[in-house]
Amino acid sequence: MTGHDAMKKILVPIKMVLDANMRPRVKADGSGVDLSGMKLSINPFCEIAVEEAVRLKEKGLAEEVVVVSIGPAKVQDILRQAMAMGADRARLIETDQPVEPLAAAKLIRTAVAEETPDLVILGKQAVDDDCNQTGQMLAALLDWPQATFASALHVEADSVKVTREVDGGHQTLVLPLPAVVTTDLRLNEPRHCALPNIMKARKKPLDVRPVAECGVDMAAHLNVLSVRPPEARKAGRCAANVNELVGDLHAAGVI
Amino acid sequence: MTILLLADHDGQTLGEATARAVSAARDMGGVIHVLVAGENVGSIARAAATVSGVDKVLVADDPALAHLLAEPVAELLVTLSVDYAAVIAPATSVGKDILPRVAARRDVMQVSDITRVIAADTFERPVYAGNAIETVQSTDELKVITIRSSAFDAAPQGGESAPVESVSLPAKEWKARFESEALTKSERPELTSARIVVSGGRGLGSAQAFETVLAPLAEHLHAAIGASRAAVDANYAPNDLQVGQTGKIVAPELYIAVGISGAIQHLAGMKDSKVIVAINKDPDAPIFQVADFGLVGDLFTIVPELVQALG
Repeated sequence: MTGHDAMKKILVPIKMVLDANMRPRVKADGSGVDLSGMKLSINPFCEIAVEEAVRLKEKGLAEEVVVVSIGPAKVQDILRQAMAMGADRARLIETDQPVEPLAAAKLIRTAVAEETPDLVILGKQAVDDDCNQTGQMLAALLDWPQATFASALHVEADSVKVTREVDGGHQTLVLPLPAVVTTDLRLNEPRHCALPNIMKARKKPLDVRPVAECGVDMAAHLNVLSVRPPEARKAGRCAANVNELVGDLHAAGVI
Repeated sequence: MTILLLADHDGQTLGEATARAVSAARDMGGVIHVLVAGENVGSIARAAATVSGVDKVLVADDPALAHLLAEPVAELLVTLSVDYAAVIAPATSVGKDILPRVAARRDVMQVSDITRVIAADTFERPVYAGNAIETVQSTDELKVITIRSSAFDAAPQGGESAPVESVSLPAKEWKARFESEALTKSERPELTSARIVVSGGRGLGSAQAFETVLAPLAEHLHAAIGASRAAVDANYAPNDLQVGQTGKIVAPELYIAVGISGAIQHLAGMKDSKVIVAINKDPDAPIFQVADFGLVGDLFTIVPELVQALG
């Protein structure tokens, strides 16, 4: 594919999550994880998705990169970050309520209907709920082909060739466009945003609309009954030398 | 209730993850049907039929199902799902790829990666890299669930063979096309089902050290080899060996972490191992907080000594 017949548009749905370097604290009443005062960031896999879309644009393989997110007003921070990385504009579907992956997929579908992108790239999994569902659900709702867990993506005429990380190694698929791709860790290494780009991103368009205008049923399908910390493992003992360690392992009956 | 379980396989043999998912299905209670989809999968279907607790095997043999691509397999499951109360699969790369497509088509929410069945509609699942355990109840009429294999024992093989019945894939144009596959060939046990796992981290310092230092220990213990994300990112080991939140989840009898500091994302993939051993030169490495047995020192000295001492 050459510059003049580049994809018109790539849509990148992104999510704000508890920063991956923060230690989650379970609330004492077991109602959830306490996010108050904690650092929130773009989900690492979503950042990889933004990076991939921006690189395709920089190579002349796409004309425009649009990012979309769902959540409270604060989510604008990660949309601005994505625009500092090189996305052209952003959309926020604003809600203060929790959003299940199925509802997220339906909300993203409304953005797809308006934007008509050639390709949707999103993270394979958010590191808060660890669901790994939204991309596949979106592909199903759109009746589009999907390639999950991508470690390489090549744009060809009217299609993308995607190498996927599967349990035993790699698998390569060819998807006619439009298509949905979800990112794995090794697809790329996201850039750091330079200050001038951060300043420029402040002026890029960011469309905010309330979730109620999207016409999506937001009722929860799952009831979270409780959240608890995992059973703690106790630190064991340190052996003085290899022979002592081998003795410990024999005593534990594992070798 | 009747449960439809999507079998995981590599085209040759039934994956152990399937027998583990059968255990989760038994915990849910009811009748268990296993769907074996693929091309020339008769022998896999027969193997599935002898897993204890399986009441019936459905086999869909079709070239379009050869690589278990999401579109045709999801279509088949959506069609079959009308007769079932639950559609479940092990949370392997196949199950994770396909089941959310089924859930969305049936307008239900999937419950991902369950580690415990509380009731037929209520499950435990880890969130935040296993730093919190959620108890979640599905209100959907059809349950769509993926099963974390390491949390369930494999249902035994043997006994009466369940009946095997053919089902056919709806005719449709599939958009995604399979091009190629590069599967890692290894004589070692499979990472997620191995009794012993020996994992290497950034401390190994090179891909070569995985071969010269870690591999002899793995061979000696008949163990699978794993790696931390740091080691994978540094290209010391391929990604399909990655143990952690976004890689493989393992819970072997014995997990030996060599040169791994123990970031929470790594711990998420191995902290349910029965016995954890840490070998690291940094006595303050977080891995020692979860290890049953530790040894502080230079792994390049300790690991060869350990191989010797194991005789």
